[in-house]
Amino acid sequence: MNALKEIYSGFKSLLIGMRITLGQFFKPAVTMQYPHQSLKMSPRYRGHIELVGNPETGKPRCIVCKLCEKACPSDCISLEGVKLEGDRRKSVTSYKLDFTKCSLCGSCIEVCHDGAIRFSRDYNLAGLSKEEFLIDLVARFQAQQAEGKAQIGNPKSEGRNPKAEVQGPKTEVLAEPTGETAKAALNPTS
Amino acid sequence: MNALISKVITLLDTEPWRLVVWVVIIVSFAALNAAYLVWVERKGAGRFQRRPGPTEVGPAGLLQPVADGLKLMSKQLLAPAGADSLLFRGAPLLVMAPVLMSLAVIPYGRGLVARDINVGLLMIFALGSINMMAIMLGGWSSRNKYAVMSAARMVSQNVAYEIPMLLVVTTMAMVTGTMDLNQIVAQQSGAFWHWNLFRVWVNPLMPVTFLIFFICMLAETNRAPFDMTEAESELVAGAYTEYGGMGFGVFFMAEYANIVLGCSLATVLFLGGWQSPFGLLPGVTWFLLKMYFLVFSVVWIRWTFPRTQFYGLLNLSWKLLIPVSLFTLILSAGTIKILRALS
Repeated sequence: MNALKEIYSGFKSLLIGMRITLGQFFKPAVTMQYPHQSLKMSPRYRGHIELVGNPETGKPRCIVCKLCEKACPSDCISLEGVKLEGDRRKSVTSYKLDFTKCSLCGSCIEVCHDGAIRFSRDYNLAGLSKEEFLIDLVARFQAQQAEGKAQIGNPKSEGRNPKAEVQGPKTEVLAEPTGETAKAALNPTS
Repeated sequence: MNALISKVITLLDTEPWRLVVWVVIIVSFAALNAAYLVWVERKGAGRFQRRPGPTEVGPAGLLQPVADGLKLMSKQLLAPAGADSLLFRGAPLLVMAPVLMSLAVIPYGRGLVARDINVGLLMIFALGSINMMAIMLGGWSSRNKYAVMSAARMVSQNVAYEIPMLLVVTTMAMVTGTMDLNQIVAQQSGAFWHWNLFRVWVNPLMPVTFLIFFICMLAETNRAPFDMTEAESELVAGAYTEYGGMGFGVFFMAEYANIVLGCSLATVLFLGGWQSPFGLLPGVTWFLLKMYFLVFSVVWIRWTFPRTQFYGLLNLSWKLLIPVSLFTLILSAGTIKILRALS
């Protein structure tokens, strides 16, 4: 009799399992089709650093005080600037970031009192050579400005702006991590 | 024009041509099924795990089997050093051939059968044993310990599951009184309560018999949760470890062709073959619908249950399926005897 009960309960549990998987079968897919779609990074996401522009002049806010260079524990920042005529402060001419050494600690950003640098939300950073990670941030800033995507604004507030346009090339943002799909991905049983 | 068409059809129905036509039909049916069941399997796996499955090659990934096939065909054929190269090369053929031969006796529709022989059921099961032996040969001849382990496991698995399978088939042969698959289908005409699945007045355990048949079919085709042969997470790829390219491809085609064969046989034996469930419009569509529903269930089961442990698998067969199928055999034998005596 016990054996029969065991068979019955075992068979029932198999059917329950099959019912659950069939239920999942008809629910929408939750995976992100990465090269075609990508998640929007959270506001606190730490990509490599990038220069912040001044909304009035459209140029980088950086005054080349070199505090970031000194604060960097891995010695991966080196920057140069010139004092242009008529300006009170220096302007940055070259800002080299050696991303191979950067540990994304954020000391440079903490120490910057002009709010001239911040973390980007760029994560499409695969490369085939080491040289690809020696990033020239001034060139990057200018390229972004040409595309109309430059990070212009008051960094004290904008730096925490979750809607900042920082995406890798060829990707299209179709969902945010806080969206319905992400929630479903975290709780597949719901 | 019509006269010409009917003349061509009559010509195609005469002996040498009929053979050629059916060979083409069966080989393409088996190959297309194998190719697209891989797609169904992958799409199904995706859906059960809430992924989209293959999407990149062609619309909805429909060209994925073509891409897979081209990739497999472009691989070099290698036999490992020290392997028995004749058996190693021959094993995939020996796996594929019996399935194709068995498909020749399945009635797909009214009169739609390659060879209408009166012991079709017997022939399918006679050929079915070759399949297992061929996988064993493949595993043994590849001179690889994982392949040999898998082959040994598979032999004991198939011996264990062949017994309840044959007991169930014997029950069906007794209940229907014939081994001719066409006659078995003809007996189940009318509505669905005429199907053998619901012939409960002969044997109240008929649905259980069907379940045993289906479970044994899963085990005989080495499908999850009984995929001891491949067991890709424990034995590399089991008996197929040393196979690459189309050798591997043929094993997989044979696996899917075997699933089609098993589901076709379940359809014919229990679900009325090409008969309609409502007595309307019997035909090949009903056969395909029932068969593909069973194939879907096979995929569904694979992505629901984890692989059983080896002793669990043998326990299920020896302690449960064999006694129950023996009981149903004796029960239906007794009922048939009593019914005969009464009439």
